[in-house]
Amino acid sequence: MKKLLVSPSPHIHGKENTRNLMRDVVIALLPTVAVSIYCFGLSALKLALVGVLACVAVEYVIAKFMLKTKVTVCDYSAVITGLLLALNVPINTPWWVLVIGSIVAIGVAKMTFGGLGQNLFNPALVGRVFLLISFPVIMTDWSVPANTLFDAVSGSTPLGIVKEGLAQGMTLSQIYAENNFSYAQMLFTRIGSAGEISAIALLLGFVYLLVRRVIRPHITLSIWGTVFVFSGILWLCNPEQFTDPIFNLLTGGMLLGSIFMATDYVTSPMEPKGMVIFGVGIGIITILIREFGAYPEGISFAILIMNATVPLINMFCKPKRFGKEAK
Amino acid sequence: MSTTIIFTVASLSILGLLLAVVLYFVAQKFKVEEDPRIDIVEAIMPGANCGGCGQAGCRAFAEACVKAGNLDSLFCPVGGNATMKKVADALGLQVAEKAPMVAVVRCNGTCENRPKTNIYDGVATCAAKSALYSGDTGCRYGCVGCGDCVRVCNFGALSMDPVTGLPVVDEEKCAACGACVKACPKGVIELRNKGPKNRRVFVSCVSKDKGAVARKACKAACIGCGKCAKVCPFEAITVENNVAYIDFNKCKLCTKCVAECPTGAIHKVNFPEKPAAPAAPAAKPAEAAKPAEAPKAAPAEAKPVENNVNQEK
Amino acid sequence: MKTFSIGGVHPHDSKISANAAIESFPIPEVAYISMGQHLGAPAEPIVAPGDKVKVGQLIANANGFISAPVHSSVSGTVKGIETIFDLAGNPCKAVVITVEGDEWVETIDRSDKIEKEIKLEAKEIIEKIKECGVVGLGGATFPTNVKLSPPPGKKAEFLIINGAECEPYLTSDYRVLLEMPEQVLIGAQIMMKALNVTQGFIGIEENKPEAIKVMSEKAKAYPQIKIVPLKKKYPQGGEKQLIDAVVGRKVPSMGLPIDTGAVVQNVGTALAVYEAVQKNKPLFEGILTVTGECCPMQKNYKHRVGTPLSKIIEAVGGVPETAAKVISGGPMMGKAIANLDAPTLKGSSSVLFLTEEQTKRKEESNCIRCGKCIEACPMGLEPYLLNKLAKGHRMDDLEANKIYDCIECGCCQFTCPAYIPLLGTIRLAKADVMKIMRSRPKK
Repeated sequence: MKKLLVSPSPHIHGKENTRNLMRDVVIALLPTVAVSIYCFGLSALKLALVGVLACVAVEYVIAKFMLKTKVTVCDYSAVITGLLLALNVPINTPWWVLVIGSIVAIGVAKMTFGGLGQNLFNPALVGRVFLLISFPVIMTDWSVPANTLFDAVSGSTPLGIVKEGLAQGMTLSQIYAENNFSYAQMLFTRIGSAGEISAIALLLGFVYLLVRRVIRPHITLSIWGTVFVFSGILWLCNPEQFTDPIFNLLTGGMLLGSIFMATDYVTSPMEPKGMVIFGVGIGIITILIREFGAYPEGISFAILIMNATVPLINMFCKPKRFGKEAK
Repeated sequence: MSTTIIFTVASLSILGLLLAVVLYFVAQKFKVEEDPRIDIVEAIMPGANCGGCGQAGCRAFAEACVKAGNLDSLFCPVGGNATMKKVADALGLQVAEKAPMVAVVRCNGTCENRPKTNIYDGVATCAAKSALYSGDTGCRYGCVGCGDCVRVCNFGALSMDPVTGLPVVDEEKCAACGACVKACPKGVIELRNKGPKNRRVFVSCVSKDKGAVARKACKAACIGCGKCAKVCPFEAITVENNVAYIDFNKCKLCTKCVAECPTGAIHKVNFPEKPAAPAAPAAKPAEAAKPAEAPKAAPAEAKPVENNVNQEK
Repeated sequence: MKTFSIGGVHPHDSKISANAAIESFPIPEVAYISMGQHLGAPAEPIVAPGDKVKVGQLIANANGFISAPVHSSVSGTVKGIETIFDLAGNPCKAVVITVEGDEWVETIDRSDKIEKEIKLEAKEIIEKIKECGVVGLGGATFPTNVKLSPPPGKKAEFLIINGAECEPYLTSDYRVLLEMPEQVLIGAQIMMKALNVTQGFIGIEENKPEAIKVMSEKAKAYPQIKIVPLKKKYPQGGEKQLIDAVVGRKVPSMGLPIDTGAVVQNVGTALAVYEAVQKNKPLFEGILTVTGECCPMQKNYKHRVGTPLSKIIEAVGGVPETAAKVISGGPMMGKAIANLDAPTLKGSSSVLFLTEEQTKRKEESNCIRCGKCIEACPMGLEPYLLNKLAKGHRMDDLEANKIYDCIECGCCQFTCPAYIPLLGTIRLAKADVMKIMRSRPKK
C-alpha cells in the first residue's frame, strides 16, 4: 500500500513564496530600467547587467565555497540588490567600480550576517554609500555619454545645482531661473542616476508592488508625508533658502529610496506602527541632510541610519492584539 | 604651548587619582563576601555548564558543594570520579566512588527491522512528531528518529546513523549528563552502567505492546516472552508490561539472555567477537513455537552491526 | 458585509462537494464506538461482551463534569470492550459491536415531521442535551450542555450559530443548512430558551449564497433569529473571530466567549440539539464530507458513529492513486490520518484527499522578515517572533508575547513565503507555556 503523508496542520499553503515576492520586486523595477535604457542607451543596460551578474556571482561564490551553505541565488534577492545598485550609480561609472560595489553589498553587507534575511543594513545602499565615499569623483560625475537623450544637459543633478548655488550665495529663485527647472521635467526625465530619472516609472513600480500585495504602503507614504511636511515648514520659513516640498519629493533618490530601498523586507520594521516610525525617521533625516548637511542627497544615509533602529522598533512596536487583557 | 601640555597632564592625573579613590571606596562598600573555596572548586570543574549534575552550571555546582558540607547527593557526571575526588580533596570531604555511566539507546527499530507505515512531513523534531501521532512506523514506543537527542548533546557524543535512522552514542565522548534522556519524548535513551571493560548487556527495546503486535511492527522488538528472565542466573531481568528490563547492578554479563532472546532484542556491547557465539542464538528460536524464519535471521543480522558501530566509535 | 477585524487569510475555498446531497452511508458490519469522542474525560462503558444493544441505547456514561455519554449507533451484540487505535495511531478504548439488523430504541421519534413546539423548560433542555451526549461539532467536541450553562456570575446575552464553514472543502454544514434549515432554526431556538436569551444570530459566509437565501426565507418565522452574511475570510469560524464579526465584541485575552455575553454553537450542533430535544434522539450520527480534487466522487454522507473510515474510503473507490495525504477535517486545522482503520467519531466532519502537490511541505528557507505572518495572525500575535523564541526555549518571553492567545488556526504558516513551519513550532511551545502557567499557584 502507498505510504501516506502525515503532518500537523495546516495542510495547505498559500501561493506566495520568497521567490515570487522577490521576482515581483524585479518586475516592479523593470519600467525604471526601461526608461534608463531609453534615455541613456546601451550603457544603462550594460550597468544593469554588470550589477546583477556581479551580485549573483558574489553570492554564489560566497555561499558555495566560503560558507558552504545552500546556494540561494535563485531567490532573486541578489538580482534586486544588483539592479538597485546599478540604478543608483551615475551612468558612466566604470564596470569595475560597480563590481567592487557588488562585492561590498553582497559580501560585506549581506553574507557576513548570514545571507538572506539576516542582514541589518540594506545591501544595495551599503554598496552605494561605500562607492560614494571611496570614489567621490566618479560617483558624483553626472555628465552623460554622447548620443543620448541628454546631449545638451549640464552634468549635475538638480539637488547638486541647488546646493552649489546656495553655497555661492545665490537665492533659490535665481537658481531655478538659471537652470529652467520644471516639475514636468522632473516627473519624466532629469539628470541623475539611471534609477532617478523617471518619477513616473518609479511610481508605476510602486503601484505594481501595492497591487500584488508585495509591500504595504506605510513606509513609503510616511516618508513622503514627513518630507512634504518637514520641508514645507522650512520652505514657508524661508522660500529663498529652502527648497519646496514637491521639489524635494521628486528630486534625487527620494522615490527610488522610499519605494524600493526603505521597504526592503529584511531591513524594515514588520508592523504598521513601526513602519510609520521608520518612515518618519527617514523623512526627517533626509531633509536634515539635504538642507543642512554637506551632501546634496541624504536618503541613502537616512535609510541606513534608520536600518540600525529596526531591531529596536520591532521590539517595541507590537501589533494590535485581539481582545483586551483579562483583568 | 608647554603650559597647555603641563596643565592637561596635571588635570588628567588629578582627575584619575580622584576617581581611583572614589572607586576604591565604592568597591569597599559593595564588596560581596564569597567563600574563596567556590572559586577553587569551580576551577576543578570541567566547565561544560551542561547541567547534568542538576545544578544551573559549574559555578552553581561549586557553590552547592561548598554549601552542602558533604558530597553525598552531588555528582558531576562529566568529570566523573576523578573530578569528584579532586573536589573532595579541595574541600576536605569524603566522596563515594560511582560507577561511570553511559547513554544507551534502547531501540533497534532500524529502517529494515521496523518498516515505515507512513511518511512524516512536519517539523523535524521528535517533540513535534511524537506530540502529533504515534509515529511513522507500527511501533509507537520506539525512537522517532528526528534527532532531538543529537541536538541537545553538548559533547557531540550523539549522531544519527543515516542507514538505520537511529541515534548512535559515541562512548568516548558521552559524559552521561543525561540531557538526551530528558530530551527524548519516548524515553528510549537510558543512562546505564558503563560496565567492566565497557562491556554491557541491555534490552534494546521499550515497546509495551503485546508480543504479536510488537513483533508485527518491528522484527527486533522485545516480545515479553520472559525466556531471558528464566535463564538469568542472577535474577537481573524483570519482564513488565510486555518488555524485559535488565538491572545493570545485578547483571554479571554472563550473556546467557543474549543467546536466549528469540528476536535478538538483547544486545551485548564490546564483548570480544567469538566465532561460536553468534551461531547460538540463531539455533535457539527455531525450537521455539513461534513462526521460525524471521527471528532466525534477525538476531544474526542485527547484532554484529550494532557491535561494529559501537566499536568503531 | 461583516467580518472580523484583525488578520485572516484567503485560501481557495474549493467547495467542490457543495452540490452533493446528503446520503445515508450503509451501516457497517462491525461498529467501533470510541469512548473518547469529546473533549474531557473518556466515557465509562456500561455494557459487557455478549450484551444485546439497540440503536440509540446508552452504552457508556459520562465520566466527570466535562465529559459526555456515548450511545450505540447500531443494533447488535457487544463483541467486547477493546483497545483500538484512533486516527493518529494512539490507543483508545472502544465498544465493539457486531451489527445485527437496525432496531432502534422505541423512544426515538423516527418520523420526518418537524416538531416546532418546544415543550421542555430550560433546565430540562440542558439535562436532555446532556443525556443525549450532544457535543460541539465545530471541531473541539466540547460537551454542549456545559457550554449552555454559563458559570455563576456570567450571563449569556445572545447565541451565535456558526454557519461560516470557513475551512476550504468542507460542505457538511452547508448541506445541513440547505436540507434541514427548519431543524437548525428550531435547534437554535431551543438553545436560546436554555440560555434564557432572546437574540440569536446565524453567521454564514458569502460564498454560500444558496444557504443565506434559504435560511433568510425560513428565518422569517423566527423573529428572534437573524441571519448574518459574512465576508469570506479564514478563520471566520473561530469562536473569537465569529463573535467579533457578528456583534463586534472581542473576547478578552485568556477569557471565554461568555465574557462578551456570547455563546457560540455550530450548525451541526444545532441540528443535534433539535434531534435530541424534539425527537429524543441521542447523538450517534453525523454528516461527513468526502472530497478532494483527486477523489473521483464528492459525497456528503450521513454516517453512524463508529463506522471505520476505511469503509467510507472504500465506498468512494479507495484512496485515490494521486492522493498523498488523507485528512480528517479541513485542510487548515484538520488532522492528517495515520490510521485509516480508525472509526468515525461524533465530531468527524470530513475525509479529505490532497495530492502531493497540494500538501507536501516545501523546503523551508530563511525568514525574510516580511511581516506577512503578523498581517495574517487573527489574534494580533507575531508568529515569526514566537517561532524564534520557541526555538530558544525562552518561556518567559513567549508568555510576555502572549503565545497562549494562539488559536492554532495556521494562518501564519499558510502565508509564510519562506515555508517556515511556524505553527508546528508554536503549537509545541504553547503547550509548554500553558503547562508552566497552570502549575503556578493561583492568586
